Amino acid sequence: MTAEIRFDARSNISLDLRAWNIRRKALLMGEVQGQGYIGQALGVADVLATSYFHAMDYRSEDPEWEGRDRFLLSIGHYAIALYAALMEADILPEGELATYGMDDSRMPMSGMASYTPGMEITGGSLGHGLGIAVGMAMGLKRKQNPAFVYNLMSDGELGEGSTWEAVMSATQWKLDNLICIVDFNNQQADGPSRDALAVGAEAPKWEAFGWHAQEVDGNDLDALVAAFDAARDLKDAKPRVIICNTKMCNGVDFLEARESNHFVRVEADEWSKALAVLEEEKPQ
Amino acid sequence: MTLASMARKYEPRKVPETKVATSAMIASLAAEGYEAQPAPFGHALVDLAKKDPRIVGLSADLSKYTDLHIFANAMPDRFYQMGMAEQLLFSAAAGLAREGFIPFATTYAVFASRRAYDFIAMAIAEENLPVKIACALPGLTTGYGPSHQATEDLAIFRGLPNMVIIDPCDACDVAGMVPAMVAHDGPVYARLLRGKVPTVLTRHKPDYKFQLGKAQTIREGRDVLVIASGIMTMRALDAAEKLAAGNVDVGVLHVPTIKPLDVETIRAEAAKGGRLVVTAENHTVNGGLGEAVARTLLTDGIAPRFRMIGLPDAFLEAGALPTLHDMYGLSVDKVAEQIKGWL
Repeated sequence: MTAEIRFDARSNISLDLRAWNIRRKALLMGEVQGQGYIGQALGVADVLATSYFHAMDYRSEDPEWEGRDRFLLSIGHYAIALYAALMEADILPEGELATYGMDDSRMPMSGMASYTPGMEITGGSLGHGLGIAVGMAMGLKRKQNPAFVYNLMSDGELGEGSTWEAVMSATQWKLDNLICIVDFNNQQADGPSRDALAVGAEAPKWEAFGWHAQEVDGNDLDALVAAFDAARDLKDAKPRVIICNTKMCNGVDFLEARESNHFVRVEADEWSKALAVLEEEKPQ
Repeated sequence: MTLASMARKYEPRKVPETKVATSAMIASLAAEGYEAQPAPFGHALVDLAKKDPRIVGLSADLSKYTDLHIFANAMPDRFYQMGMAEQLLFSAAAGLAREGFIPFATTYAVFASRRAYDFIAMAIAEENLPVKIACALPGLTTGYGPSHQATEDLAIFRGLPNMVIIDPCDACDVAGMVPAMVAHDGPVYARLLRGKVPTVLTRHKPDYKFQLGKAQTIREGRDVLVIASGIMTMRALDAAEKLAAGNVDVGVLHVPTIKPLDVETIRAEAAKGGRLVVTAENHTVNGGLGEAVARTLLTDGIAPRFRMIGLPDAFLEAGALPTLHDMYGLSVDKVAEQIKGWL
């Protein structure tokens, strides 16, 4: 059962390996710049592997194919993670990995729609993605296009009032083609999100707003696959949220152990050490 | 402890002998001797939407007060009531534009320019999406005080790359700008005149038609050139007639597009021999039409005598609009008086 559902819907590569590849590519990009939101990238790699290699429909050679599922990166600073996923999905050429964050690169430090194939919106001013997703979901319904809109946001964005305007609107317009993914790593710039703006009881909160809510271990591929399937297959005319509890730096134990890791400091010699740690964990 | 800025509220007032009502909206515009048309924005949008299925309408609980209800009633399945949520209004409009639609999003100018600015900047303008923002109560067109008076909206949006800005004078401009907004492939911010809107420009210049990005001479004059936008063009034209009686010949150049500014026409007109150049705008003198014209002239080495009519750098008072327009120099009498004083 597990072996079956964990398989990449698009190839014979396992989801475990896809997630591992995303982590590895993100570390390689971090090494290029000697910096980057690597903690988030390692934490969200399983969510991205499930999105791009289990749930979503798209065409690598035509990133703007009308029938594609839309994936919005509301959190612009997670771009390093999405670039890794887009390379893994053959939407971005892997040969450009070493341009990450350089002048004239198609992969700037914060994600922007006009720079990168597969990047649907310009994120980074937080609390924008879900509102745009509402408009796109409305637009898809107008066109009778059955595609889904996925919006990946962070727990910190739950503090933005605009997020809740969009949450209410998605219910009002019965947007059953909208799937919001919350990467809940409980880390924002100044410390734990739960200490900042009364974040808590997440699933009941979304349910009270009329959403179908699931809360899962965001580093458990089986759980993610089941949650994405449930979100897509649901027949109720309501929007869906998957709250993914993730661990910053997941997969590289010495970084996981580091305190205050919203922007993880990695010393010059540690990138290769992190890659070596990851290498030992390479799945079959 | 009473703050100095609050001290006036403790001064008792007497009941005035004549009753002057606060006007919520500039309904009085229609009563200034011009014929008026009802809801020119709403009707123009319906006409266009019948031919263009990409057009949709959204409002944040202000469709009735932006004339978008005309569209909503005519095409209910193409109208989205977004609720009292301006950040969402513009984000969702961006999303619809991404999916190939041309959204007209309406609210009051204060809420678009102040409350939703980051969303207009990042979700719409940065990506050059064809969202059409149409906002009622521009400048000083309500007596409700600073919460509703968008006295700095042009300055705010002038700073935003990609944004086209329209400040219409009358019903001709409002009806004419709607197809021009759709024809322009990018974001547009339009100040809106709603309800009964007077027809001004064609009375002074029968063949007048709104053209995006074009300034047009509405009245020729030897002594003074007034470069005006929005309702101040109407004020300038009326003031010019008043001044003509005293043998002062005032020309009026109407500039309904604030950005991109028609710098060629403005330079050519300002360079025409020895006239006093006066800008007139329903907006703070900071960062609006006047400063844009000044920059244009100075950059080109054109140095006429130059004066600006506009709102002061202040939070304005509440009250009746005619009183406020007199107080802040936007009424016909005050425009004429100021020009005369500068000659």
